[in-house]
Amino acid sequence: MNMASQQTQFTVFMRILHWLTAAMVLTMLGIGVAMVASLGDYHCLVSIHRPLGIAILILVVIRFVNRQFSTLPPFPATMSSEERFVSHVSELLLYTLLFVLPLVGWGMLSAARYPIVLYGPLHLPPILPHSVMLYAFLRRTHTVLAYLLFLGFIAHFGAILFHTLVVRDGMFSRMAPWRVRAR
Amino acid sequence: MPSDSTASAEKQPAPVSKGSALRLVSIGVVILCVAGGFLYLGGWFSPNALTPARFVDAFERTDGVYSGFRRNHAKGVGVSGYFESNGEGARLSKAGVFKPGRVSVIGRFSFGGGIPDVVDRPTMVRGLGLLFWLPDGEQWRTAMVNLPVFPFQTPQAFYDNLVASQPDPKTGKPDPEKMSAFVASHPATVRALGIIQSHAPSSGFDNTAFNGLNAFRFIDAAGKSISVRWTLAPVQPFAAASAAATAQTDKNYMFDELIASILQHPLQWHLIVTIGQPGDPTNDATVAWPDGREQVDVGTLTLDHIESEETSPARDTNFDPLVLPSGMAPSDDPLLSARSAIYSQSFTRRAGERKTPSAISPAEVRK
Repeated sequence: MNMASQQTQFTVFMRILHWLTAAMVLTMLGIGVAMVASLGDYHCLVSIHRPLGIAILILVVIRFVNRQFSTLPPFPATMSSEERFVSHVSELLLYTLLFVLPLVGWGMLSAARYPIVLYGPLHLPPILPHSVMLYAFLRRTHTVLAYLLFLGFIAHFGAILFHTLVVRDGMFSRMAPWRVRAR
Repeated sequence: MPSDSTASAEKQPAPVSKGSALRLVSIGVVILCVAGGFLYLGGWFSPNALTPARFVDAFERTDGVYSGFRRNHAKGVGVSGYFESNGEGARLSKAGVFKPGRVSVIGRFSFGGGIPDVVDRPTMVRGLGLLFWLPDGEQWRTAMVNLPVFPFQTPQAFYDNLVASQPDPKTGKPDPEKMSAFVASHPATVRALGIIQSHAPSSGFDNTAFNGLNAFRFIDAAGKSISVRWTLAPVQPFAAASAAATAQTDKNYMFDELIASILQHPLQWHLIVTIGQPGDPTNDATVAWPDGREQVDVGTLTLDHIESEETSPARDTNFDPLVLPSGMAPSDDPLLSARSAIYSQSFTRRAGERKTPSAISPAEVRK
């Protein structure tokens, strides 16, 4: 307990997972928004989009499980209880989006009867029956959720910048990729 | 400044100094830049760039929107059968479809254009979309047409031709001046149309040769890659389309003949793979490869079942030419990725629409 109370950063494993997720999700959002507007690069982008989405799905499951068994550093004292509540809810929301978005993508390809190709002959089985109406619904849902995830990222990024640069409570150091000693 | 010490800090908000106001503004700028970057990637700042959506819009402006139908190759009928590989293709590509044996196939015969009840005419472009179900769950899809070469070199040329052929609001017909201006500025199209016009169309779907048009790459088990094109050569003997056969009494007469012949006996095509030599253009579908290239008959396609789109799984299938099994890959032809993107856009639009009855109804198939 004494150890935990002195902890100022997330564990090394959690920080690795966080920054891996950040890089993959930002790449994914960029690819997603670019590929639907692209003719010449469409095929190349889609070929990355599918396996990257599945990789994010796996990563978020690992993160969520690991989160349940890890001790977290305390919130900075500058955060009000309302802020802490908002932080908890938005974290849960981001986890949910990161989990649901790839599943909706997998489901929509299944409903359109597209093969879910990862790499070469490696592919996933369909998880939904062939139904183009279902495909159309999931395809729209995929877009809406992706925009929500982008807004979620902007809110998360903005809040961290605000705390770190304006409130100056060292919020960023909790998740910093490098080691930060307790002040 | 926030205190490091206790939770009491939460009751004393940090005073807004000049410095923190500046930092607040910089945060706003950073966020705007990130959001702007995403909008840029999504094409929001290039309203004139050709996108899949704008391409399909052009199809819709040319032929109209028919709920639930493909935006191009709208009129069609579903078929199914099997492909029997003779094993000859296995040395060219490691794709499972070329191992000796049989895989099941669904397909769709169609006419080009976006009008689903267009009157059958032998001069219209004929299409055949195929989906091969490989044993290990992989798929091979190909969308072929009866043209020996494709009339457009790039997606932009195809789009410009669509725009030029849109009906003039005054006359209800394409503006001949726009059409001739398009032709004058696209010599590759003129050359391709010359080749196309030198091939007399056959009498029906059953004796039509279908071409994959674009070049692809085959990769063998050792990882060696070759350029290929493929053609389905009909076993049914060629007969030229006669001037006498018209659609005056039956506007679906070519589909009806196809239905009658497939009900009589299964229809067959040889899948012929043409192997390109170094230097043969792989990025230009308007040009045919020189004669004398090695051709390999890799197996026989048999279509023994036909049904209306209303019951056929082919209606709800996107014959995306870039759904390829391992062992096949796209060439550097810019049309391929564009076809994939545009087919997907058309598929997504029609998928969510109310399905209207197909011209080739279940009754048409039974009669």
